[in-house]
Amino acid sequence: MELLASGTLAANDADSLIWWDWVRRHLDDIGTALAQHIQLTAIAVGIGLLVSAPFALLARRYRVLSGPILAASGVLYTIPSIALLYLLGPITGFTSLLTVEIALVSYTLLILIRNILTGLDSVSDDVREAARGMGLSGRQLLWRVEVPLALPSIVAGIRIATVTTIGLVTIAALLSQGGLGGLILDGINRRFPTPLMIGSLLAIALAVLADLLLLGVQRAISPWTRSRR
Amino acid sequence: MNFLTDPAHWRGPEGIPTRIAEHLYLTGMSMLIAVLLAVPLALWLGHVGRGGFLAINTSNIGRALPSLALLGIFSQVLPHGYDSAWPTIAALVALAVPPLVTNTYVGVREVDRDVVEAAQGMGLSGGQLLRRVELPLALPLILAGLRTSTINVVATATLAALFAQGGLGRYIVDGQATSDESQIFAGALLVAVLAVLVDLVMAAVARSASPLARAQRGGHAMERQVVRVEAMVGNPGGPGEGRVGDR
Repeated sequence: MELLASGTLAANDADSLIWWDWVRRHLDDIGTALAQHIQLTAIAVGIGLLVSAPFALLARRYRVLSGPILAASGVLYTIPSIALLYLLGPITGFTSLLTVEIALVSYTLLILIRNILTGLDSVSDDVREAARGMGLSGRQLLWRVEVPLALPSIVAGIRIATVTTIGLVTIAALLSQGGLGGLILDGINRRFPTPLMIGSLLAIALAVLADLLLLGVQRAISPWTRSRR
Repeated sequence: MNFLTDPAHWRGPEGIPTRIAEHLYLTGMSMLIAVLLAVPLALWLGHVGRGGFLAINTSNIGRALPSLALLGIFSQVLPHGYDSAWPTIAALVALAVPPLVTNTYVGVREVDRDVVEAAQGMGLSGGQLLRRVELPLALPLILAGLRTSTINVVATATLAALFAQGGLGRYIVDGQATSDESQIFAGALLVAVLAVLVDLVMAAVARSASPLARAQRGGHAMERQVVRVEAMVGNPGGPGEGRVGDR
């Protein structure tokens, strides 16, 4: 009778989308997946920033280059991430970290280059002239005047790039790189809702959290926009 | 490349034309539902000037949603997650709605107030104003939103295969299951080509439907509109593509 009762209980349990018992027993795995997710995202946005900064400066100095640079990164952006991940496969391997990071960095480029350019362009000529009048060299002008003034736009780019990348990392799990997408795929493969739901909910929570956090940074470094809204 | 050159892969229920048709069905059905839901609602909100905060921020929220997570949750919360296309379509609709709502709303709100007043002065009713003045003037922005959403949905429809549905993602998922790299690569290539083609078609539609944009030297007008949306969305300098998460 007791067996039957527990059997009924298990059957009821099977209907629920999240077995908290499973979650408790796999907290380590969930933590690892979350850490991997953050790590993959941080590497991609970090490298993306390092790569896009020189391109943006190049495009600004030589205006003729800005068209091709933006167009090239725009085309890249039109190609679905899942396709790009596998198109790189024959070159860099179908399950390699390198493949995943190349794809992730590529997607951050358009966002970051455009935002850096927009930010630098938005510095008014009066400000530039005043700085030159005070005797600042080209490099000093860039680092002491233009970059600080462009910072809100650059941070806005980092924000969009980060949130986008968090979503892309979920898909990159298809290339066996772990992360929260790994939990989702595990759940799909075993037709077991719990890891699928946990992975999905954490991915959304992470993206929303990163978005709000970077929005806070964006607001904090550009106090003049706060009063407007 | 072997996979694509084999004529056997170009016919039958698992052939490339069938998979493309399935992919376009998922995309088309999702976009149809999304447009029917989002555009009338946003047109009305823009017309009466209400719900602006919501309409504008919906695309910010939408961008933060990882598409695989969205598909995953919809497949579990809705019935028949693995044996019907509808949970997938519902997730794709959720993904497509935000850029449509934001662009339509901003498009209507951005119509010159003088023009609206002139139209009212000519005796146009609210409905006439919306249909004859606001909608045509908002059209370029609405189409820009449609393009963003569609590209997004074409890309994400690939993931339907994970939930046992059709579409070009089948080649990637099946290829992975059998470690057939030539099939995976072919699937990826087909998805990429389809996405680029759809983007080109949408860009052409956007251009042809907006005489204003044509007059203002093609693509640049679109850029300006995107910048306008960004100005309203309060996202200085963002690309505003709203290519939500993962394309």
